[in-house]
Amino acid sequence: MLSYVSRRLLYSIPIIIGITLITFFIMYWTPGKPTDVSMELNPKISAEAKERLLKLYGLDKPVYEQYWNWLRRIAVLDFGNSFKDGIPVISKIAQRLPATLLLNFLSLGFIFIGATLIGVVCAVKKGGFWDRFLTFLVFLGFSTPSFWAALILMIVFGLWLGWLPISGIVSFRFYELSTLGKVLDLTKHLILPVFVSSIASLAALSRYVRSSLMDTLKQDYIKTAYAKGLSQKDVVFGHALKNALLPLITILCLSIPGLIGGSFIIETIFSYPGMGRLGYEAIIARDYPVIMGIGIISAFLTLAGNIAADILYAVADPRIRYK
Amino acid sequence: MKRGVVVLLLFLFACSNQSSKTVLPASENEKYGDAFIVADLSDASYLNPILASDTSSSQINSMIFNGLIKYDKDLKIVGDLAESFQVLDDGLVLIFKLRKNIVWHDGQPFTARDVEFTYKALINPDVQTPFSSMYLLVKDFIVVDDYTIKIVYDKPFAPNLESWGMGIIPKHIFEGSDINTSPANRKPIGTGPYKLDTWDPDQKIVLIANDDYFEGRPFIDRYIVRVVPDQSVQFFELRNESLDAVSLSPDQWNAYDSFFTHYDKFRQPMFSVTFLGFNMRKKPFDDKRFRLAIEYAVNKDDIVKGVLLGFGSKANSPFPPQSWAANNEIAQSQYDPQKALELLKEIGFEDIDNDGWLEYQGSPFSFSITTNQGNKQRELSAQIIQENLKKIGIKTSIRIIEFSTFINQYIAKRDFDALIMGWSLTLDPDQHDLWHSSQMGEKQYNFLSYKNQRVDELLVYGRSVFDVQKRKRAYYEIQEIMRQDPPCIFLYFPDSLEALHKRFEGIEPAPSGIYHNFIKWYVPKTQMKYGMGEI
Repeated sequence: MLSYVSRRLLYSIPIIIGITLITFFIMYWTPGKPTDVSMELNPKISAEAKERLLKLYGLDKPVYEQYWNWLRRIAVLDFGNSFKDGIPVISKIAQRLPATLLLNFLSLGFIFIGATLIGVVCAVKKGGFWDRFLTFLVFLGFSTPSFWAALILMIVFGLWLGWLPISGIVSFRFYELSTLGKVLDLTKHLILPVFVSSIASLAALSRYVRSSLMDTLKQDYIKTAYAKGLSQKDVVFGHALKNALLPLITILCLSIPGLIGGSFIIETIFSYPGMGRLGYEAIIARDYPVIMGIGIISAFLTLAGNIAADILYAVADPRIRYK
Repeated sequence: MKRGVVVLLLFLFACSNQSSKTVLPASENEKYGDAFIVADLSDASYLNPILASDTSSSQINSMIFNGLIKYDKDLKIVGDLAESFQVLDDGLVLIFKLRKNIVWHDGQPFTARDVEFTYKALINPDVQTPFSSMYLLVKDFIVVDDYTIKIVYDKPFAPNLESWGMGIIPKHIFEGSDINTSPANRKPIGTGPYKLDTWDPDQKIVLIANDDYFEGRPFIDRYIVRVVPDQSVQFFELRNESLDAVSLSPDQWNAYDSFFTHYDKFRQPMFSVTFLGFNMRKKPFDDKRFRLAIEYAVNKDDIVKGVLLGFGSKANSPFPPQSWAANNEIAQSQYDPQKALELLKEIGFEDIDNDGWLEYQGSPFSFSITTNQGNKQRELSAQIIQENLKKIGIKTSIRIIEFSTFINQYIAKRDFDALIMGWSLTLDPDQHDLWHSSQMGEKQYNFLSYKNQRVDELLVYGRSVFDVQKRKRAYYEIQEIMRQDPPCIFLYFPDSLEALHKRFEGIEPAPSGIYHNFIKWYVPKTQMKYGMGEI
């Protein structure tokens, strides 16, 4: 077992080096310079001053030297400082990651519960009014652009009804609220972003649940359960659903690396301080240290997730170890 | 009946309001309080004026820091931290007398040493400042005493005075540390009317009134900038009255009146110009008759009407009309396709094969108009220009390219035919770097490659004298020459449009905008919205 794990870890070393190479060179070959964007075409900033800045950033050195310097720093977990504001990349990510994780975990939970409920209703009432109605609704959600849905929901719940705040993650007086008040305040701010970021996936997953449950309901052991005299509720929730959810769990696990990614569109519209905006703004500004920091950390987490999964498979199934 | 009661109540309310106003005139004391909440599309980077070049940071820095001089509401240079200043020896020497008893936000006294420190930081090659070039021109920086500074230059250079509007940073905070990474860049200590209270990255920055500000404490307790990265969402927040000031796009300005029940709208010409430029290293763009023909063929009025919805003015020169250097006597550009055709014929354009498109010297001709992605106004202008040119038989294509790529791959390498870009202009009219023929190097700003000997002379002269009348004459002549030998087609000067909550009083619109007297704005006690502990 131990030899399997260590072999698996050894294999990942070339993969990590490959990831650093690709991340670095994609960035290097992208046209543009970090000195362009923040300064636009501002005649006050001379060409010489820009050259000086590029030199301070170390961007005047030959490419292999830049890569080597960067790799050496990465090896000791130093991701460098952002060109935009001089803040260490690692603390920029640390500031935004919790907000993104919060939003994504909530959406994932919402998608899981929502898709299961819709899928079960559709499968059980197959072909009936509720099946058709819910199918219509989820496809409507699936085909609605999220930015549009977000704006419409803001108008309805923020402007007309005034029930929910329009944007932001907490309100101005957040720090003065009691713990309960803080939770409530945060919840209010999260309702719209969580809902909007879930609606697209809700459609796909609820279809999976529906078809998977329908397959399950055709199995012999379901007939057995009915034959035993169990009610439909007991059959569906006690026997069928557990088996039907297996593919759903696989799909959800696959989306876990995406949890740290964050969505640029959702975060921009809701003024939500997350990873998506951080990454997008860094790309537009050619803020290399931030882009590469995010790239490496995501790649690393994905890799770690894969290794963990492999190891868990190995634990569960001894045959894998000896291949 | 019910209605009668309401009317009566309103009447009573109006009366009581009226009487309270006459009985108790708002004393100075009653003006203190409330908060001003404004939105920005992006977060600030450095709250340090010598490192930050983005507008989000500059706006906040101007509340926290002061320069030696500033532009007043009529765009004249006046002292700020300097009580007075002198320009001697035709501009070779500048002397600044600093105000005494100014203190930094932490209570330390402000002296000439801080100015010297700021200057040294600006010219230090290890400091990540984009502004070094102006300060490298200084030959001698002399601290005469704690409150007098003498700055000596090699050559007289008019924009030198303006350059001392740069925010001065405190020596006692930064000394001995690396300015690039100092924690003070996020916890600034300045001399300005507001000091930093909190900064939640990508969410908001809260500034709080400085009790010891040398021009008096601002009336409004807090100045809050919220990061709302989407303009439509900003507009919703405005409708919800959760923002006090928002900049508007032309179509938002024209939205239903009900959107603005609680807001006043302000419109102000901006110091920027949008133009259609040609790569004058290529034929036939190098021929001034070609450029003149395009000038006649482009309907600028249509662009102002269609793209800006009228919120802006058509441009005839690179000097915005509110600048003292703008020559409003020069010939206005006219839309005259017939004249354009005549000029084009002169230089060899003709429709030989009668297909409706002009051939240039016998072979088919077309060019591409490139502009950067993300600027709707420029994209729309390109479409109107394409239509205009189609009418006189010139074929064009439009390319939209991401900004940084555009600058590096196309502009820097001179790989373009025509482009639509904008210049953000300084209040000082010096435009040497944009049009002088010595500025055509790879990374320099005369990337259109304009060359006119007389304009070169005038540009050099215009920035070497300090006398406004003399400078004016030089810039007037430049504008006249540019009507005959246009460096590009100047399209329009856009307006900045802004909505501001009605409860603020004391606003005086002026050529410099509405914010010049922000510290004198106040909210009448009865209308104050945010108490000190409330936000």
